[in-house]
Amino acid sequence: MTEPLVLGIETSCDETGVGIVRGNTLLADAVASSVEEHARFGGVVPEVASRAHLEAMVPTIERACGTAGIRLQDVDAIAVTSGPGLAGALLVGVASAKALALGLGKPLYGVNHLAAHVAVDQLEHGPLPEPCLAMLVSGGHSSLLRVEDVTLGVEPLGATIDDAAGEAFDKVARLLGLPFPGGPHIDRAAQSGSSVYVDFPRGLTSRRDLERHRFDFSFSGLKTSVARWVEARERAGEPVPVADVAASFQEAVCDVLVRKAVDAASDQGIDDILIGGGVAANTRLRAMATERAAAAGIRVRVPRPGLCTDNGAMVAALGAELVARGRDASSLDLPADSSQPITTVVA
Amino acid sequence: MLLALDTSSPQVSVALARDADVLDEAASEQTMKHGEQLAPMVAALLERTGTDRGELTAIAAGVGPGPFTGLRVGLVTARTLGHVLGIPVYGVCSLDVLAAEAVLTGDVAEDFVVATDARRREVYWARYGPRAERLTDPAVDRPLDVDWAGPVVGEGASLYPATFPLGLAPERPSAGWLARLVAEERATLLEPEPMYLRRPDAVAPGKPKSVS
Ligand SMILES: [Zn+2]
Repeated sequence: MTEPLVLGIETSCDETGVGIVRGNTLLADAVASSVEEHARFGGVVPEVASRAHLEAMVPTIERACGTAGIRLQDVDAIAVTSGPGLAGALLVGVASAKALALGLGKPLYGVNHLAAHVAVDQLEHGPLPEPCLAMLVSGGHSSLLRVEDVTLGVEPLGATIDDAAGEAFDKVARLLGLPFPGGPHIDRAAQSGSSVYVDFPRGLTSRRDLERHRFDFSFSGLKTSVARWVEARERAGEPVPVADVAASFQEAVCDVLVRKAVDAASDQGIDDILIGGGVAANTRLRAMATERAAAAGIRVRVPRPGLCTDNGAMVAALGAELVARGRDASSLDLPADSSQPITTVVA
Repeated sequence: MLLALDTSSPQVSVALARDADVLDEAASEQTMKHGEQLAPMVAALLERTGTDRGELTAIAAGVGPGPFTGLRVGLVTARTLGHVLGIPVYGVCSLDVLAAEAVLTGDVAEDFVVATDARRREVYWARYGPRAERLTDPAVDRPLDVDWAGPVVGEGASLYPATFPLGLAPERPSAGWLARLVAEERATLLEPEPMYLRRPDAVAPGKPKSVS
């Protein structure tokens, strides 16, 4: 069989993504974002996102087909994020994907968003090492996963017990008067700051915490600590050194993420770490992970920033792998599952 | 062949018509879960009538007003299917469909109101004349604020019988009637855009709260 041509749809949050791949080759990755409509609310407003998905859906499909230079009729299968994510937002993508499957007479795969974040790296660096240790870090999730075969299931090793890493970036950005989404703005501000200016706490790294939460994360205490520090400065009538605080905060987040990822990989005897999710676009995280993993004899794979954030290509990439490995398709009564467990790759 | 669907009420409704003949129609047995039920219902409808998807020539969809989530399922399905098949997609106000059915089945012969469930103790409603012509724009209000003592068509009457004692059938919009109205060119055709009538619930955050 020639490599499958798969169209993937992603609407779990505020990006309407439509990607088209042929096997591991990326042909198109069209994204329409409603992020600007959410900026003044300091976070994603579900109903605003759902409305934007409905408006963007068909135009984004058209744009992806145009870029890929294919007709919809050529597609072998449709893949769509069925969860986890915002319920109303997921539903728009799932309903559209079903209409495509129905109108084209092609199979439908309702896939797990997190597994798609893992699979997307195949488009950039070829087949995934089996097993690999995946660290997914974004505004909605922070988890460490053991991935044996991304089409069958992944084993969660640890996850955040409070805020997601990306959420901490958003909240700290707000404290520092930087715009939403916080990630890229903190990254930029930190470039000119000192990462050792403030020694912010590293969550769940004490000996006691490591007994129960060796591979888990906690970012809520860090965020509170930054808030206290900033408030104390303001109360004292002193200016807040935004670049230094941003750099010190970012260092604390990356330090914990990388430390635990490397520890997990070593513990599992895994030689490859794969990083995905919006926070994987952070330049400090990428540099620190590569450096420290190398010291431990571990390879790191991170897709380019555009493929780390939510997009349709990642869904298409996982879909193509499912088709290639002959996995069963979903049925047309597929539900959108806002809390789809990571162990369910195809719903 | 015209495919009609309405997801503005708790029940999904689909129908298939050749010219003005409704060949088949179905309403979901389960309420809610529009996302799960709509596509299989369309597939089953095509299969029961032995229709190939390529024979479809147009799609008509109820644009509400109605609860947002279900409404979007219907409209994104209609738009996507229309795009794939390269056929036009028409929107029709779901209250108009209820009004037309009530008049054409002889249930009302005077001015009346169509009122449906808008949740949060409110109704979506509009006033109609005896030939089912709409006299007011669809609106969302508390039942008492509708200020209407005449006949009321739609689920609003059974939900608020004290305010609307003169309730009449039908309760929920049917895709069969939607198909008939479009085929007979009695419907006012709209873009397949949802009638939300409410702004999204969203509040801009205040200053970060103090932690110390
Ligand atoms: Zn994501």
